[in-house]
Amino acid sequence: MLILKILFKNAFRNKLRTILTLLGITIAILAFGLLRTVIAAWHAGVEASSATRLVTRNSISIIFPLPLSYRDRIRQTSGVKMVSYGTWFGGVYVDEKNFFPNFAVDPQSFLDLYPEFLMSPSDKEAFLKDRKGFVAGRKLIERFGWKIEDIVTLKGTIFLGDWDFVLRGIYRGRDKGTDETQFFFHWDYLNEGMKKRIAFHPWVDQVGYYMIGVTRPDVGASVAASIDEGFKNSLAETLTETEKAFQQGFVAMSGAIITAIQVVSYVVIVIILAVVANTMAMTTRERIGEYAVLKTLGFGRGHIAGLIFGESFVITMMGCGLGMAATFPAAQLFSHTLGAYFPIFNVEPKTLYFDLLAAGVVAGCAGIIPTMRAIQIRIADGLRRMG
Amino acid sequence: MKVQEKNSIVEIRDVSKSYRRGSYTVPVLQDISFDIAEGEFLALMGPSGSGKTTLLNLIAGIDRVDNGSIRVGGVEITTLSEMELAQWRATHVGFIFQFYNLIPVLTAVENVELPLHLTALSKRDRREHALMALRLVNLDHRIGHYPGQLSGGEQQRVAIARAIISDPTLLVADEPTGDLDRVSAEEVLDLMGRLNSDLGKTIIMVTHDPRAAGRARQLKHLEKGSLYDADS
Repeated sequence: MLILKILFKNAFRNKLRTILTLLGITIAILAFGLLRTVIAAWHAGVEASSATRLVTRNSISIIFPLPLSYRDRIRQTSGVKMVSYGTWFGGVYVDEKNFFPNFAVDPQSFLDLYPEFLMSPSDKEAFLKDRKGFVAGRKLIERFGWKIEDIVTLKGTIFLGDWDFVLRGIYRGRDKGTDETQFFFHWDYLNEGMKKRIAFHPWVDQVGYYMIGVTRPDVGASVAASIDEGFKNSLAETLTETEKAFQQGFVAMSGAIITAIQVVSYVVIVIILAVVANTMAMTTRERIGEYAVLKTLGFGRGHIAGLIFGESFVITMMGCGLGMAATFPAAQLFSHTLGAYFPIFNVEPKTLYFDLLAAGVVAGCAGIIPTMRAIQIRIADGLRRMG
Repeated sequence: MKVQEKNSIVEIRDVSKSYRRGSYTVPVLQDISFDIAEGEFLALMGPSGSGKTTLLNLIAGIDRVDNGSIRVGGVEITTLSEMELAQWRATHVGFIFQFYNLIPVLTAVENVELPLHLTALSKRDRREHALMALRLVNLDHRIGHYPGQLSGGEQQRVAIARAIISDPTLLVADEPTGDLDRVSAEEVLDLMGRLNSDLGKTIIMVTHDPRAAGRARQLKHLEKGSLYDADS
C-alpha cells in the first residue's frame, strides 16, 4: 500500500506538468475516440444490415434501373420469402444543404421486410392508405420540426420538379444502429408522377433495386446466384448480393478517406505516446535519487519498475478516463452538427475498448526507457543526484 | 579510547577500486585491508576524493570491488548477485546519508516503516516497530509530518530511525552531520553514540568534521587510496 501511495503521490508532485499531460492525453483520447466513431459511423449501414436480406441491382451500375416486371420472377426463385423494391429519389428539402436519404418504396412489402423501422399501427395504416403519404425517421422529423399531416415539398434532382408529400407517420429505430434520418414514400406516386410530367420517362415502370428476404441466411449465396442466372443475357442483367456486401460497396467508395482517418487516429496515439514518454522521462530523471535510495534499502528492480510503470499507467488512464467521458458529449455535438452526413453517430463499446487499449499501450511504452534507466543506474551515482 | 577485543564483523582484504573517467582509469582504493570489530564505532576521515565514501559504499554493498574480498557478518558480499545483495542490504545494513534521503511524499512514520515492507511483518507490526524507532529518536510527536515540514536535524533523526528499524548488523553513515547546524549535529551524534553504546550497534561513519570523528571509538584516515590508523 505504501508503494501505491508513493506511486499516486508521485503522479501529482509536479501538478502543472501532470495537469498539462492529462490535458494532452484527454484531448488525444477524445480525438482518437471521435475519429474511431467517424469510421464506425461510415460502417454503420454495413453493421445494421440483415443476413436474411439480399439486394438486386442492375449489373452495370446502381444508376441504371431494372424493370418492375422482374419482381414476380424473383419471387418465384427458390429460397425467396419476400420481395420489395425501391428507387433512390435524391430530392432536397427547400435548399440543397438540407440533404437526407429519400426513397420511393413499395410500402407494404418494404415495412414487412424492414421490421427495424418501428411505427405505431395508426401511423402505418395512414401511410399505407395515402398514396401521397410519407414516413420519416424521428431524427429527421426533429431536425425540420415537421408534424403529422404537414405537407412537405421535395425538389427532385433526378426526377425533376417539385413533389408534394403528406407526413403520415414517424418511425423509430429498433436499436441504436438503425438510421432514423430517412424519408420513404410510395413508389406508385413517383411512377404516376413521372408518367404525368414527362412522356416516355426512362424510369417509368422501372425500379432502382430489389430488396429480397430469404428464408435462411445460409441460402443467400445460392439465391443470389439463381436470380442473376435467371436474368443473364436479358436487357438488364442483375447483380445480387447480400445487403452487407451492398452496403460495403458504398463504404468502399470512400475507402481512401477512411484509410486517411484511420492513419490520423494512429498518429494521435503516437502523439500521446510522445507526451507521456516525455513526462515519464522528466519525472524519472528527477526521482533517480529516490529510486537509488529505495534500491539502497533493498527494494529490487521489480519495485522500481512497478513505481515507474504504475505512475505512467495512473497518469495515462486518468487522461484516458477523462477523454472517454468527454467523447460522449462531443459525439452528441458532432452528431447534431453533421447528422446529415453521419445519421448514426454512436460511441460504440468497441471504440471505448480501443481507447483503453491505446492508453494501455501508451502507458507501457512510455515507461520502458525511464524504467531501464532507473534500474540500470548504479546506486552510488543515483545517490549523488539526490544531494 | 581502548577498544575491547571482540570478533570482527567486517573483514576487508586487499580491496581495490578504480573508476573510469572517459578514457582514463582513476584508482581510488589500493589494496585496502582491515577489520572492524563487532560493536565498533569507526570514523573514516580524509580529504575530498580520498575514497572514504567509496570504501563505505563497498562495505555497505552498494558498489562493487575491482579486486579483493569483503566479509560482513561472515558473508562474502563481493560474490553476491544483484538481487542477493539487495536482500542482504535490506536485513544487514542501515544507511544514514548526509542529505537524509527521505522520500518526500511519505510521512516520518511511513519513511521509517519503508524498509519493513520487504519483510513478512503485518501492517500493524510494521507501524508499531516504526513508532518505537521514532520514540527512540525522540520524534514520536512528529510521526505525521512530511520531510519538508521537519528541520534538518529532525529529518536526520527520522533517517536514523529508518536505518535502525530492521535491526541491522551494521550502520553506515556518510557525513551524517554535514548538512546540520552545530546543535542538531550534536543531537545526531549523541543519538549515534547511544545506538553504539546502549544497543551495541556497529557504526562506520565517514566525516570531514573532527568533532564528529571525536565521538567515534576508532579513527582511520584515508589518503591517496591507502588507509592509515589515526595514531600512525
